[in-house]
Amino acid sequence: MALLDFASPPVSSQAAAAPRDTLLRRLLRRPSAVVGLIFFALIIAMAASADIVYPDDPLDMVAQPFLWPGQDAAYPLGTDMLGRDIASGIFHGARVSLLIGAVATLVSLVIGVTTGAVSGYYGGRLDAGLMRVTELFQTVPPFLFALAIVAILQPSIPTITFAIGITAWPSLARLVRAEVLKLRHGEMVAASIALGASDGRIILLHILPNTLAPVIVSASILVASAILTESSLAFLGLGDPNVVSWGGMVGAGREVLRTDWYVATLPGLAIVAAVLALNLLGDGLNDALNPKGARR
Amino acid sequence: MSEPVLAVENLSIAFASGRTTRRAVHDLSFAVDRGETLAIVGESGCGKSITALSLLGLVPPPGRIDGGRVRLEGRDLAALSEAELRKVRGARIAMIFQEPMTALNPVLTIGEQIMEAILEHERVGRAAARDRAIALLERVHIPDARRRFSDFPHRLSGGMRQRVMIAMALALSPAVLVADEPTTALDVTIQAQILDLMDELKRESGTAVVLITHDLGVVAQHADRVLVMYAGRKVEERATADLFARPLHPYTRGLIAARPRLGSGRFGRQRLVEIPGTVPSLSGRPSGCAFAPRCALAEVACTVAVPPLVAAGGGSVACLRSGDVHVPEHRREALDA
Amino acid sequence: MARYLKRSLGQIAFVIIGIAVINFFLLRLAPGDAAQVMAGEAGSATPEYMAALRQQFGLDQPLYVQFLSYLKNVLTLNLGYSFRQGMPVSELIALRLPATLLLMGTSIAFAVSVGGTLGFLAARHAGRLADTVISSVALVFYATPVFWIGVMLVVVFSVLLDWLPVGGMASIESGLTGLGYAADVAQHLILPALTLGLFYLAIYTRLMRASMLEVYGQDFVRTARAKGVRPRRIALRHVLRNALLPIVTTLGVQLGSILGGAILVETVFAWPGLGRLAFEALFQRDLNLLLGILFCSSVVVVFVNLAVDLAYTVLDPRIELS
Repeated sequence: MALLDFASPPVSSQAAAAPRDTLLRRLLRRPSAVVGLIFFALIIAMAASADIVYPDDPLDMVAQPFLWPGQDAAYPLGTDMLGRDIASGIFHGARVSLLIGAVATLVSLVIGVTTGAVSGYYGGRLDAGLMRVTELFQTVPPFLFALAIVAILQPSIPTITFAIGITAWPSLARLVRAEVLKLRHGEMVAASIALGASDGRIILLHILPNTLAPVIVSASILVASAILTESSLAFLGLGDPNVVSWGGMVGAGREVLRTDWYVATLPGLAIVAAVLALNLLGDGLNDALNPKGARR
Repeated sequence: MSEPVLAVENLSIAFASGRTTRRAVHDLSFAVDRGETLAIVGESGCGKSITALSLLGLVPPPGRIDGGRVRLEGRDLAALSEAELRKVRGARIAMIFQEPMTALNPVLTIGEQIMEAILEHERVGRAAARDRAIALLERVHIPDARRRFSDFPHRLSGGMRQRVMIAMALALSPAVLVADEPTTALDVTIQAQILDLMDELKRESGTAVVLITHDLGVVAQHADRVLVMYAGRKVEERATADLFARPLHPYTRGLIAARPRLGSGRFGRQRLVEIPGTVPSLSGRPSGCAFAPRCALAEVACTVAVPPLVAAGGGSVACLRSGDVHVPEHRREALDA
Repeated sequence: MARYLKRSLGQIAFVIIGIAVINFFLLRLAPGDAAQVMAGEAGSATPEYMAALRQQFGLDQPLYVQFLSYLKNVLTLNLGYSFRQGMPVSELIALRLPATLLLMGTSIAFAVSVGGTLGFLAARHAGRLADTVISSVALVFYATPVFWIGVMLVVVFSVLLDWLPVGGMASIESGLTGLGYAADVAQHLILPALTLGLFYLAIYTRLMRASMLEVYGQDFVRTARAKGVRPRRIALRHVLRNALLPIVTTLGVQLGSILGGAILVETVFAWPGLGRLAFEALFQRDLNLLLGILFCSSVVVVFVNLAVDLAYTVLDPRIELS
């Protein structure tokens, strides 16, 4: 039987000529993600410049009450029933929202990623037990849970942050666990085990980096929902009484809804803008990090 | 000879992405007669599956047919409206797919899915459609068809599901059956049963079969003619017996040599020769013969222009060196050493 | 089936005990011990009264004894006494639960039916104008806080247009009965249900669209096309049926969050349900009541999820209860 000689070298891959496709570049290609980025940058700029643009305490009375937006150029968004500058409140409120949103998400990330990674990696009884606890935390209505924690601990920035963080992690734990399960039995992990790497090292160096894409996407959505929860708590009067918060401003504005509805409306728009920006960014990141998911 | 049931003339299929267009199938022509089985073979990525879908007008976007014609029973499918095309699909030309696990809708019973094919094309009552569906299940040798009728797909084995797919495809006695890797996902013993069933049904009904596969063993046993595709082009088309007796294209030789063989060699010591390299991607196709980079016989002329198809060995081949397809003696010694 | 029920009962028991543990320790986190909290509620805090309370509630006992007696109370639905409202907590909750269920039921029905339809339409016209409009509107509502939607609806429909009542569940002095009463309640229900519904409408629109597009990419849809099935029929019979499955799952998962939304909506519209009760408890520092509500709503979530599991088996023949 004749053997054919196909021994010439295979054709080299020629696809590498394209310019490097960075994440940012891929994000900028989607108009909705660009809108999200712009909004998000604006809100960060507001938070960063709050002390410079409005150096005074936003809770101080600075002008006569019920100045409508545009009525006095010094107070472009008007003043509320106590003569507080609404624009200043929105600038300073951005700080509180972003701070609580970011730190609460960090708390959720630490709990959720640890639980998910340990659960998925070790499996067995540990996994079953941890998943039971996760289920339990998913059963307790998260907002009511956060409300009870804040009510009992007294509202302050740390307690609000903790309450949001401790109630928001279960979905993340499930996500990470599912991703870890996919990788757990892969060749890379098998090779690391064969080389004698410790469990902690395998999880940290080989498994978690591969779950980064979905975790980043969820994190941006988690920040958005943390901002929503914070504003909802503040709306119900469970905000830190020493700082200004968008939700608290809406809550206060309710009292004068019949005559001066702008007081409740304007801070609400700020919340919508912030949450929308983070969601658009999350969607954009999802498409950019996961081209397969973006079929249409 | 009368007009073939299916004639593909100079078919080209392109995929548009952004401003660039990439061609998956180039200038492909073939014809199938009533009761004949034509096998289309090639490695994955050679364009055979997209060709199969194009026969039913089902090229998924952003792909589209950008040249040539598909004539089914004398009618040009490209000239039909989407509604007219829909009446042809399933009725005059039917298709079965590679994955019987996912090709059936998990929330509908198999009986409902077969009935649907009938009810979409004919004005018959539900009771009549039901009887016909049961008869079809019997025809594809599903035991206890009446009871199986109301089973959901997940209760059936892979082989049984593929039988259901065949029953569904044959529900309206189509002129052409396109089978895209119908047995790849199945166990070896089940593969043979399914292919024998297809042969049996073809003999009974005279349906023409286009069999897409990468398995030359299947081709040798079940096809009348073979069309070899490489990188979107036809490189050789011959009667099955001729092709296996004396392949003309180096790629065909490679495929035949790469085929794992039972029974030859002692105690499994036979060689499994692989063709080095892979099918070039759509973007990275060289000028000239697409196979040249992997071909031991390639010479400068091969890289200048695409070799034309010429009549040879009772069929056709597209290779400048098809006359020289044999192994030089010194190289064989080197390999055997 | 029997095995399934046994396992779910085990899960329910675990959840109930788990929530009891959480509640027990939450109460312990409060500044001062439970006797001080309760004495504060009752309005008198003489040392004798405190000692009596401590003894009555076993606060002088070791922690695990306290916990066991707390657990026993919870399991017998004895959730304590609300001094502020002058009623046992369980009775208060039973009194307010129907209003919340009415609000939630209406909102969910609205959100799933309208959101599902919009998502279906968006998916069928994916990438075209209708899709862009529906998806953008859904995204905006998805980012809008529930309480602010409520406040804005009040501004538009009650303050500016004066079409609908600002709040409450029925007109107080109307004295209506029968159909008239039902119509009155329905009129009061519109704004709260719309408020709660719009946020979830956005979620179900997005989910349905994504789910439909996912199913459109599956092999059996290609099979249906190859059979020559009409596009409309493919959408309704093949795609929609399968796309509904994740919707049902999400509904179960989100129930807890919908309950949270109900608290905000009931506060905005003075709707006399559980959420409003929780808000009152919050302000009167009636922690027993607040934790009782937390406990009961968790139990409601557990049982609704059981119902969702059962519904799932009807929708998806692959799932069998075991």
